[in-house]
Amino acid sequence: MKLHLFLLIGLLSSFVGSAQRYQMAKSEISFYSDAPLEDIQAETTEVQSLFNASSGEVAFRVPIQSFQFEKALMQEHFNENYLESDKYPNATFEGQLKGFDLTQVGEQLVTASGKMTIHGVTQSVEVPGTIGSQGEGWEMQATFPIRVADYKIKIPKVVFYNIAEVVDVTVHFTYRPHAQP
Amino acid sequence: MHNPNCYLLYLTFLCCLPTTLFAQGGLLDELESEAPPTETRIDDTFKATRIINGHSVELWHEGVMGAMISHRFGRLNGGTYEFFGLDGANVRLAVEYGITDFLNVAIGRSSFQKTYDGYVKLRLLQQQSGSRTVPVTVVGFSSIAINTLRSEGQEIPFSARLDYTFQLLIARKLSSRFSLQLTPTLVHRNLVERQEIPNDLLALGLGGRWKLSQRVSLNAEYFPRLNAETETLYNDAFALGVDIETGGHVFQLHLTNAQSMIEEGFITGTTGDFFSGDIHFGFNISRVFQLK
Repeated sequence: MKLHLFLLIGLLSSFVGSAQRYQMAKSEISFYSDAPLEDIQAETTEVQSLFNASSGEVAFRVPIQSFQFEKALMQEHFNENYLESDKYPNATFEGQLKGFDLTQVGEQLVTASGKMTIHGVTQSVEVPGTIGSQGEGWEMQATFPIRVADYKIKIPKVVFYNIAEVVDVTVHFTYRPHAQP
Repeated sequence: MHNPNCYLLYLTFLCCLPTTLFAQGGLLDELESEAPPTETRIDDTFKATRIINGHSVELWHEGVMGAMISHRFGRLNGGTYEFFGLDGANVRLAVEYGITDFLNVAIGRSSFQKTYDGYVKLRLLQQQSGSRTVPVTVVGFSSIAINTLRSEGQEIPFSARLDYTFQLLIARKLSSRFSLQLTPTLVHRNLVERQEIPNDLLALGLGGRWKLSQRVSLNAEYFPRLNAETETLYNDAFALGVDIETGGHVFQLHLTNAQSMIEEGFITGTTGDFFSGDIHFGFNISRVFQLK
């Protein structure tokens, strides 16, 4: 009977494990580059993500071609010259929310620590942000700088519009419980 | 353990095991396996809307007006007297507009034979990789040209001044550096100079680019005519060029045996022989204006 109980706990915990998983409900990533001639801004709402609240693990994937710019030519240059999106179609992040407490009510400060891959280059990053429970799901927010040189994105000296070496990225994700495929 | 219920329990547990194990694998791997199939557009096959003389599969984006200024100078073999052709220049000025990302219209005016031209360009197929692969980009092109040169002697009716061009631009970006384009072309001229010249001329354009760096590419283009007159009056248009991109502009510098900058002109009426030095230096400059 003891064995049965043990199995039952195992069984239940595996259910609980999957119940703590969340997928993207609504996403928005935007970036802003402050440049002398023209400010450059773009955003996407097509981010895919999974978040495991019990382990604090989080992963997301951003299709580069989904970024929308105000000017079509900037978008073309972003894809062709800088991010080379036909070669590297996605940017990804995989890591852990450090300092995340599942039981805490309301917004809490956490640090997403893990590996960010952009333009085929992987870097270890620590990104401070906030997470708060929202209805059945979660809401995450963060703003952080990315040094373009860290991801081997070359910016030539002589271009019509200058691009800053550091761009500010803003992330706003909303999660809902994960539907098993 | 001989209780059949017990086996059932084990079975349920085992069924749930993969989910538990999966969760311990990379969350990103799982995300990628769950993600809906995606397609990646393969665009920027060429830097500009022209390879050199002829059109490329590139279109102006929606709401973008391209102002184009093109020149073809005189022949290099004009020597010092003609300052290697720089004393004389043909000019084409044009305003081109992206109604949508896949539909462009334009009007232009060439000093060569005082010709007005207008075209419509429509993208039919976009090269892409991913869940649904499309190997090539295909664009349909149709233009009309009106020669307004004053005729000396006999009067030329308006209809005889019209020429039409129909092209299918089929291109593939083979690598980030290398692109090739095939351009089957039909030029219809209402009036030709001689009886033996066909009114409907067929040509098969070939063009390519090789990117030397992110901003500079080498281009080549050749338009062999398929049913040209037997007694050679004209030559096939050939051109070599360099594209330099500087953000808002693309500068195209080239050497070609053609004087005209529109299809009906350079495909049917190129008089220069490239390899005898009948080479015109020329350039296309396009400036982008985002109108909406």
